[in-house]
Amino acid sequence: MYEAVIGLEVHVQLSTESKIFSGSSTHFGAEPNTQASLIDLGMPGVLPVPNAKAFEMAVKFGLAIDAEIGQESIFDRKNYFYPDLPKGYQISQFEKPIVGPGRVTISLDDGTTKTINVTRAHLEEDAGKSVHDAFDGMTGVDLNRAGTPLLEIVSEPELRSAKEAVAYLKVIHSIIRYLDISDGNMAEGSMRCDCNVSIRPKGSDTLGTRTEIKNVNSFRFVEKAINTEINRQIEILEDGGRVVQETRLYDPDKDETRSMRSKEEANDYRYFPDPDLLPVVLDDSFISACRDALPELPAARKARYISEYGITDYDAGVLVADRDVADYFAEVANTSGEGKLAANWVMGSVLAELNQTGDSITDFAVTAKQLSELIARIKDNTLNSKTAKTVFEALLANEGEVDVIIESKGLVQVTDTGAIEAIVDEVIAENPDQVANYRAAPEDKQGKMLGFFVGQVMKKSQGKANPQAVNQILSTKLSG
Amino acid sequence: MSHITDLSFSELKKALDERSLSSIEITSAFLDRIDALNPTLNAFITITHDEAMQAAKDADALISKGSGTPYTGLPIAHKDLFCTDGTLTTCGSKILSNFVAPYDAQVVSQCKNAGLVSLGKLNMDEFAMGSSNENSYYGPVKNPWDTARVPGGSSGGSAAAVAANLTPLATATDTGGSIRQPAAFTGTSGLKPTYGRVSRFGMIAYASSLDQGGLIAHTAEDIAHGLGLIAGHDSRDSTSADQPVPDYTQTLNDSLKGKVIGIPKQFFDDRLDSAMRQAMNEVLDVLKSLGATTTEVSLEHVAESIPAYYVIAPAEASSNLSRFDGVRFGYRADSPSDLMDLYERSRGDGFGSEVKRRILIGTYALSEGYYDAYYKKAQQIRRLIRDDFNRALGTCDLLFGPTTPSTAFVLGEKTADPVAMYLEDIYTVATNMAGLPGGSFQAPLINGLPTGYQLTGRAFGENVILNAAHQVQTVTDWHTLRPEGV
Amino acid sequence: MSLTSDDVKRAAKLARLGLTEAETTETLTQLNSILGLVDQMQQIDTNGVAPLAHPLELKQTLRADAVTENNQRDKFQAIAPQAEAGLYLVPRVVE
Repeated sequence: MYEAVIGLEVHVQLSTESKIFSGSSTHFGAEPNTQASLIDLGMPGVLPVPNAKAFEMAVKFGLAIDAEIGQESIFDRKNYFYPDLPKGYQISQFEKPIVGPGRVTISLDDGTTKTINVTRAHLEEDAGKSVHDAFDGMTGVDLNRAGTPLLEIVSEPELRSAKEAVAYLKVIHSIIRYLDISDGNMAEGSMRCDCNVSIRPKGSDTLGTRTEIKNVNSFRFVEKAINTEINRQIEILEDGGRVVQETRLYDPDKDETRSMRSKEEANDYRYFPDPDLLPVVLDDSFISACRDALPELPAARKARYISEYGITDYDAGVLVADRDVADYFAEVANTSGEGKLAANWVMGSVLAELNQTGDSITDFAVTAKQLSELIARIKDNTLNSKTAKTVFEALLANEGEVDVIIESKGLVQVTDTGAIEAIVDEVIAENPDQVANYRAAPEDKQGKMLGFFVGQVMKKSQGKANPQAVNQILSTKLSG
Repeated sequence: MSHITDLSFSELKKALDERSLSSIEITSAFLDRIDALNPTLNAFITITHDEAMQAAKDADALISKGSGTPYTGLPIAHKDLFCTDGTLTTCGSKILSNFVAPYDAQVVSQCKNAGLVSLGKLNMDEFAMGSSNENSYYGPVKNPWDTARVPGGSSGGSAAAVAANLTPLATATDTGGSIRQPAAFTGTSGLKPTYGRVSRFGMIAYASSLDQGGLIAHTAEDIAHGLGLIAGHDSRDSTSADQPVPDYTQTLNDSLKGKVIGIPKQFFDDRLDSAMRQAMNEVLDVLKSLGATTTEVSLEHVAESIPAYYVIAPAEASSNLSRFDGVRFGYRADSPSDLMDLYERSRGDGFGSEVKRRILIGTYALSEGYYDAYYKKAQQIRRLIRDDFNRALGTCDLLFGPTTPSTAFVLGEKTADPVAMYLEDIYTVATNMAGLPGGSFQAPLINGLPTGYQLTGRAFGENVILNAAHQVQTVTDWHTLRPEGV
Repeated sequence: MSLTSDDVKRAAKLARLGLTEAETTETLTQLNSILGLVDQMQQIDTNGVAPLAHPLELKQTLRADAVTENNQRDKFQAIAPQAEAGLYLVPRVVE
């Protein structure tokens, strides 16, 4: 039996307006090299000046994971040549990072929790992008991204499965979204993940040789890439082979990892303190201002939702994972005054819909206000669960406000006993055999048989009859 | 009145103030002399005739309207590692032989804003690496005192141009002595300010923690004028000091009575050449006659400054020079077969041999397994050196010593032996390691060749250095001697 | 410490400097003589001495997060060895 040992290096692009060392915009999607200034291009003679906001964001992250904040942090140069790295070195933090050891808590499938230690988080600059397919025999280099601030968050190798790795990654994602320090968009590369994977016999306390899977860009691929890599390593060991320490790339189409030979040549990054920059010393007031500006974090919000809305631990966990979803839920729950019902609708209908479309809740067709009105109409018996569903569909299709939809679709629930009695009478008259069977049956079987008549009545009322009233009238009339 | 180009920067300023000369007269006189002498001296890489004449015309217009600055219309020339927008900026290298800079260095902007007229760009050792100006892709600069000799380096073009009256003021830079040593070799005054005093933005980096921009001119007074223009905080340079800039001309005439001059015993041990010792003693006698007293001090680790320097400077350079890769600007090798070939040939052909040597030393010193033995060790020694200076300057106002071990040597004399060349900087390197201001000023000639004495001050004590040097210059004529024959 | 020609080649590879065999040999001799000079450092006891990166030991100042640069692509690419469609071009990089 083998055990996996996994550590993640997560690169988060910080959502500053300008770059970490220059006044260029970080806006995504501009024409190539239109956001590459003298400094981003590494022109001769230019010098970097660090962005205060990047430090503010890094410190907030550090505080959020209960980490030591580096009162003095130092920028180092990581030297290597690549066309998307204009200066021939990346400015990073090596010996003295801004964020020291911290920790996050992940929830496991069996309902227990586990603490994962974060080794460090440091600030660095992003590289540019290479375009490989547009020119014959040539690669194009776009340096718009060069100099975008990155926070690299390094975990201890304490994750033991792909599922745990994903749970950890989701917690990190949740925290950066709560702090609003990054959009965390993995598809656009604002959050990227390198997975360090090794295996060892269960019970062993020595580490096996690890491989690093670079730049995995979705939660699903992180899980698949790690599982694939674990299996590959197990196969190697079972066959009596040895795992080679190397950098690998995950190919989602083939669901396999492959060696990146181009990066294999012996690298020696020759780190040394960047002589163009001085030690960054943050005073207590800077750090306490960051602390004061911290929003309520996912763990605290989860606890609050459980007590405030009376929802389950599981439901609260699902609802707070995404800050925008949590805010949406809170608005629905507060406006409608129905915490449990709000939780059911957000988790059942809203999240199901979002999962299907891949949209973000901030662009969702049904606003929190509309959903609260819908819940209010359920509560005041205007809608039953079936008609509520119809209204929700109509809201999704942008057919107007809740009451307008109810009106135009004629969905008002029929609670008038006279009207229901008339339909019941009709149904009894149309189904003499079933009525006879019902009446002949022993009492304990009748409950089950009643369903047929309820169905018929609801059908005739086009779903609008109040189900409780229908039940009551039917049983009276049938027993009569 | 003597010829226009014989005048010092301060004298030309007076002539402009009195309207006895126009900027056009001054500028064209210097351009004519450059055209006549540069073919021999090779001090300029680029002469900006048209731009200079246009700037002079604009300056005269401003002066006639009375809306110029106190310096409008005065000439200057820039060492070719200061970026100049729209003008070739080569750093003395083939790799930048086609580099028309897209922006102005802070120093260049400051000079422009003050109304100075730039005559062109000055030759230098490639990437400021050298002590003889023989490492330029554009050929060596000749010493105006003897064209068979070197002018020193790396600011050899700046020093030779001032010495030969091709410009009254030149910007220069000093990483291990590159202002002071050529000033001493050419009979000029040169000042390396405190690290952080002058912005490095737009100054192409050699060794970032040691590089500092400064000036070469005929007199301490000229430098006092120029330093006021280029000193000051620049928010684009993180290592620039946020310190007020005094009027350096205001303290030039302060008395030296009560000033204590520290004599580092390591600079005057028995290795010092006797003629040089005598020249230094003459200067010391003048300082004493002006009221200064002397005291012996010790700079214990000054001998290790050269070994430590040749780790720190190449290490920083190896990284600073990585951006010259043939991708975004500068020289690219013809038809590269692949990316590695593009890098290796662009850099292999684009850099000269001294630059390649220093990149290799620096790369090696930073590589895995050697960092502690070389880079970290050198930085530890750097602290010891800095502490030595601070201790010494706690007991005196200025440190005094020779700038160089000898007078200018003959071209080619030391090119085969890099270590012999490196030892040329034995008296100057430690000042850079300590980040302190240091100036070299004219001392008596030895065998018809100039020598220099060096004054090192406390951090941001440029005014103290310039005051002492100016006082010496008011009672001596060493600074008025000019090379004959050119 | 003395360098071998493999050390020189390795450093040249890391620094992306093309050296001919002759240059490598000449460089080896010179680098060894420079290292001889550099090794004089080892005579000094630096135990417990903190490395000094900057002489004045100043602190970094941070700038406000504001966009201050505008697009100057045409000016910057006018001096590029090879650029097309706004991109800098290099020989095809294989990943």
